[in-house]
Amino acid sequence: MAQSVELSEELLRQIGAEKSKLGEIWGFIRRWPIIPLFLLGLLIFTGVFADLLAPHDPIIARPDNRNIPPVWETPIILNIKTTADPLAFPDPVDKPIEEAMLQYGITPTLENMATQEAVETAFKEIGYVAKVKWSSWEHILGGDNIGRDLLSRIIHGARVSLVVVTVALIFGLLIGVSMGLVAGYFGGLIDEVIMRVTDIWLGLPFILVAIVAVIAFGQTFTILIVLLGILSWTPFVRNVRGEVLSLKTRDYVSLAKVAGCSTFRILVWHILPGTINTIIVIATLRVGQLILTEAILSFLGAGIPPPTPAWGAMVNDGRPYINDAWWISFFPGVAIFLVVMSLNFLGDWLRDRLDPRLRQLN
Amino acid sequence: MEGARSMIVFLVRRIIFACFAMIGATFITFGLSRAAGDPRYLYAQEGGYGLTQERWDELGRELGLDKPLVWQYTVWLANIVKGNWQDSLLDRKDVFGKIMDRLPPTLKFALTSYIFAGVIGIPLGVLSAVSRGSLWDYVGRGFALFGQALPVFWVGIMLILIFSVKLRWFPTGTLGEGFFEWKYYVLPTITLGWIAAATYLRLVRSSMLEILDSEFIKLARAKGVSYNTLIWKHGFRNALIAPLTFSSLLLTGFITGAVVTETIFAIPGLGRLAFQAINNNDFPIMVGVVLVWTALYVTMNFFTDMIYALVDPRIRYT
Repeated sequence: MAQSVELSEELLRQIGAEKSKLGEIWGFIRRWPIIPLFLLGLLIFTGVFADLLAPHDPIIARPDNRNIPPVWETPIILNIKTTADPLAFPDPVDKPIEEAMLQYGITPTLENMATQEAVETAFKEIGYVAKVKWSSWEHILGGDNIGRDLLSRIIHGARVSLVVVTVALIFGLLIGVSMGLVAGYFGGLIDEVIMRVTDIWLGLPFILVAIVAVIAFGQTFTILIVLLGILSWTPFVRNVRGEVLSLKTRDYVSLAKVAGCSTFRILVWHILPGTINTIIVIATLRVGQLILTEAILSFLGAGIPPPTPAWGAMVNDGRPYINDAWWISFFPGVAIFLVVMSLNFLGDWLRDRLDPRLRQLN
Repeated sequence: MEGARSMIVFLVRRIIFACFAMIGATFITFGLSRAAGDPRYLYAQEGGYGLTQERWDELGRELGLDKPLVWQYTVWLANIVKGNWQDSLLDRKDVFGKIMDRLPPTLKFALTSYIFAGVIGIPLGVLSAVSRGSLWDYVGRGFALFGQALPVFWVGIMLILIFSVKLRWFPTGTLGEGFFEWKYYVLPTITLGWIAAATYLRLVRSSMLEILDSEFIKLARAKGVSYNTLIWKHGFRNALIAPLTFSSLLLTGFITGAVVTETIFAIPGLGRLAFQAINNNDFPIMVGVVLVWTALYVTMNFFTDMIYALVDPRIRYT
């Protein structure tokens, strides 16, 4: 066997098809989930150390920083009005500083375009008040609609997502796995009832029920976690039950019964370990769904209570300003995308590694 | 004879299940709406309509608010069975009429989204499985990757920004005046249909790969069956089973998608109606919408099971 491998490598070398170093790295990246693990690590890291990492406070609003663009956007002059009439309605300009200066007859130089103050004084000298939208390294991703630093809010949003989703998943895991174990092990009427309840649950228009529940019990962290928890248990029941059906016929389970183990002990110590692979795979794929659902609830105003930063709510904040300040909605959405994508990738990878039978699962 | 009997058993089981599903869903919504507070506050809140004490009491008797929850629910259910959907609290109109007004827009763009999902997802899934590792495979998998991980609302907002605000290709807001003005449907359809298309693509791709690897395909190939027949007749037919069973679950995803899409594109549909009713605690509408939705779900579930049995003769009614 080893000989044939050597031979083929020798052959490959001879015909010049030897894999390049770059190809090897690419192959490594494709074989192992490097990028997803890196992104998830980053999420957990920013979530845990959000207070240290965020450059600004995520909650205190500074109206001066309203809608300031991300650092790579060219600063623009929003509008201009004369100093003579303070009540006059400003003329909209929406042009880069250089063009606006030429329009108003100022010669643009490096000095008078260097800072916000310089631009403002340049206009003040000829009797105008200019409203400048300035970008700076101070706010790398810009500011949101009421002047909070976007990057800081995204960093703190990572923590919120992390906490909510982790607790909700544990909650759903406990319900789902225990129901799956019971349904599969005891069978009969209990099985029938549990499976039908699961079916009905799947047909529930969850988002509507969730919004009603939020209105009924108030918009709090606890309610959100409970809601996401009761959303997440169904796939665990179905798959764990399927596993248990085959596991319970194994000899070691019968032996445990003969040896006088209690039913609880058999379920937890003899059957549960056999379903761990399935549980891990489903949990990973489920977390992504939970993050998306949490974002949708926050977007509809039924999620995490404001002003706590949540990615979904941040996208909604930027919606009225999408024409002038696309970044407010754009970046939180990218954050959601990266996390969910990583989780999906990792879930697929784990599934192929641990439990290829679940390939049909989506 | 045996077949006819198992068919009847199957039907009876299905109908019982459908009843339980609809009662369960409406009861949960009903109970939650009562927990949200006295529905009469809709009139009495600040800036509301104001009610005299007599009218307040009378309304309470009308709605049966002094009775226990289960009794109130039973009364509501009995009315539904008699075909009386009650009036909405806010504008005192027949709930059934209101729902029927709002249903067409939602159904129309849900249908275009479903067609979009099928037309894009299924062929691209086959293509990416057949030519594995090719450009088409990467296109298909990229499409699925983004569809499954991008939040629906974000996709909608960005589509509006790019195609409506910047490029001015498609109008947004409502679905137009006419019966079907296609320009209004493009963006909502992509928004709602992308995730479904991505799911179909993945399912078709993985089941196609599995089937192309199976013994009967190898046998057909050895017998000299042409390539196209092999892919489309032998492979594709069998690969359709997995996406078919997923169709009813797709529908439940559509309600979430519909609420969000209707919010973003300002479409006067069922999702909007429900969302507004929830904010008003207008329970007859809330429970009505939930009932219609669950009915759609169980019907869809039933038909997918039937089609499933037709496509795959090994599966009998269970």
